[in-house]
Amino acid sequence: MKMSVGNMYNYFSSKEELAKFAIKYSTNILAEELREVNNMDITSKKKIYLFVKKYLENVQKSPEIIEYFLRVYLSNREVFKQGCEGFLCVGEFVTEVMILLDDGAQKKEFREQEFFPAFGMIMGCLGGFAFLSGENVLDKDLLSYSDAVAENIYRALKYDESV
Amino acid sequence: MMNQSKPTIVWFQAITCNGNTHSLLSSNSNRFELFLNSFNLIYHPSLTINNSLEYILENQKEIDFLLVEGSISSNEFIFSISNDSSKNLLEKLALRSKYIIAVGSCASFGGIHAKFTQNDDICGIKEALENNNLQTLIHPIINLSGCPVHPEWIFQTLFSLKTFGKIDLDEVGRPKELYSTLAHHGCTRNEYFEWKVEGNFGQKEGCLFYNQGCRGPMTHSSCNKILWNEISSKTRVGMPCIGCTETDFPRNNMLETKKNMGIPQEVPLGISKRAYLSISGVAKTFKIDRLHKKLME
Repeated sequence: MKMSVGNMYNYFSSKEELAKFAIKYSTNILAEELREVNNMDITSKKKIYLFVKKYLENVQKSPEIIEYFLRVYLSNREVFKQGCEGFLCVGEFVTEVMILLDDGAQKKEFREQEFFPAFGMIMGCLGGFAFLSGENVLDKDLLSYSDAVAENIYRALKYDESV
Repeated sequence: MMNQSKPTIVWFQAITCNGNTHSLLSSNSNRFELFLNSFNLIYHPSLTINNSLEYILENQKEIDFLLVEGSISSNEFIFSISNDSSKNLLEKLALRSKYIIAVGSCASFGGIHAKFTQNDDICGIKEALENNNLQTLIHPIINLSGCPVHPEWIFQTLFSLKTFGKIDLDEVGRPKELYSTLAHHGCTRNEYFEWKVEGNFGQKEGCLFYNQGCRGPMTHSSCNKILWNEISSKTRVGMPCIGCTETDFPRNNMLETKKNMGIPQEVPLGISKRAYLSISGVAKTFKIDRLHKKLME
């Protein structure tokens, strides 16, 4: 970035403000991609496959964005406690996950369950894979895992007719 | 009650629980007296009046206001009055009426009786009369939906028609003056709704939308503006609004909120689910201690 460190403070009043903007920026990239997928006239299963692919592409192309979320946002909550608590800075992305789950459950493609267990499962799965990629422990190209990750998420959510 | 110079009212009861009659009789006594002094109620089956329905049918050539309580059927086996079906009797009365007002949800849209699968011809009065050429009618049929209708809604409608001759209606025939707002408007629990604080049945605190099935944010009525018995409403005493003024009333499982993955299936009227969820997520982030305490401990 061709900008002095001091110049940053012409735009952000503090490091905390900069950190908050960065997390909003990074999660909004994912939110916009998921919104695009949510608006498609396809099955919820296909939406999961498509979003996981887009997410892993982001991890591959812009690892710093996902790394920032995992290593800064989730690990330094004290930085974000004023004005970025709860869903305040990640609200747009969480909303899109809600839309994905609500739509799938309404169409009986997903089974009925409470929101947070489903949300936690998706985020844990996606975050875990970004971590593995960041640690360079995967033995294959990241995107080659896309369908397998998506299948795991779908199976955890899918409608169970036997119940 | 008999005064020929005042507009005449015939109250016809079809398939009904009499709930709207009870509501009428529970009105403010001054307003009821004004109503009786301003109109000529020539027939009501539950009140002591000189005329019988047969007398009205044989002798009353012109009716100013025909008020109908209950849903209508052509099936005499299901329901009959004096060996005639409610549909035949309604038609005979409607053909000599200037204004026709459906009093309550059953007369408006069929109500609970229309849900019975054994008989598919039970309906509201507009549907029952759709093939009739009502030449005496000078105004579209008015639906005063509600289970029951608020007595003041009946009075306001009648006085508006008596004074101005017409009243603006919404797309399902309800007076806009009474049904353009939502039951949510004026609800004393709105602060709980804004901050997404859930409430329980019968309690003073909390919003009934999240778990108790409250339809206030999607139901057209003035229940929280024109209060019941002039002091209260369902939501004010901890009973969720069950959407009784809408065309789909009654629905199944009315005392629970249908949710998918913990997310309400229906959101407040005219608001996109995405917008609603965004606002909800933000509101839930903040815990307002005052709203999580009992009002009186």
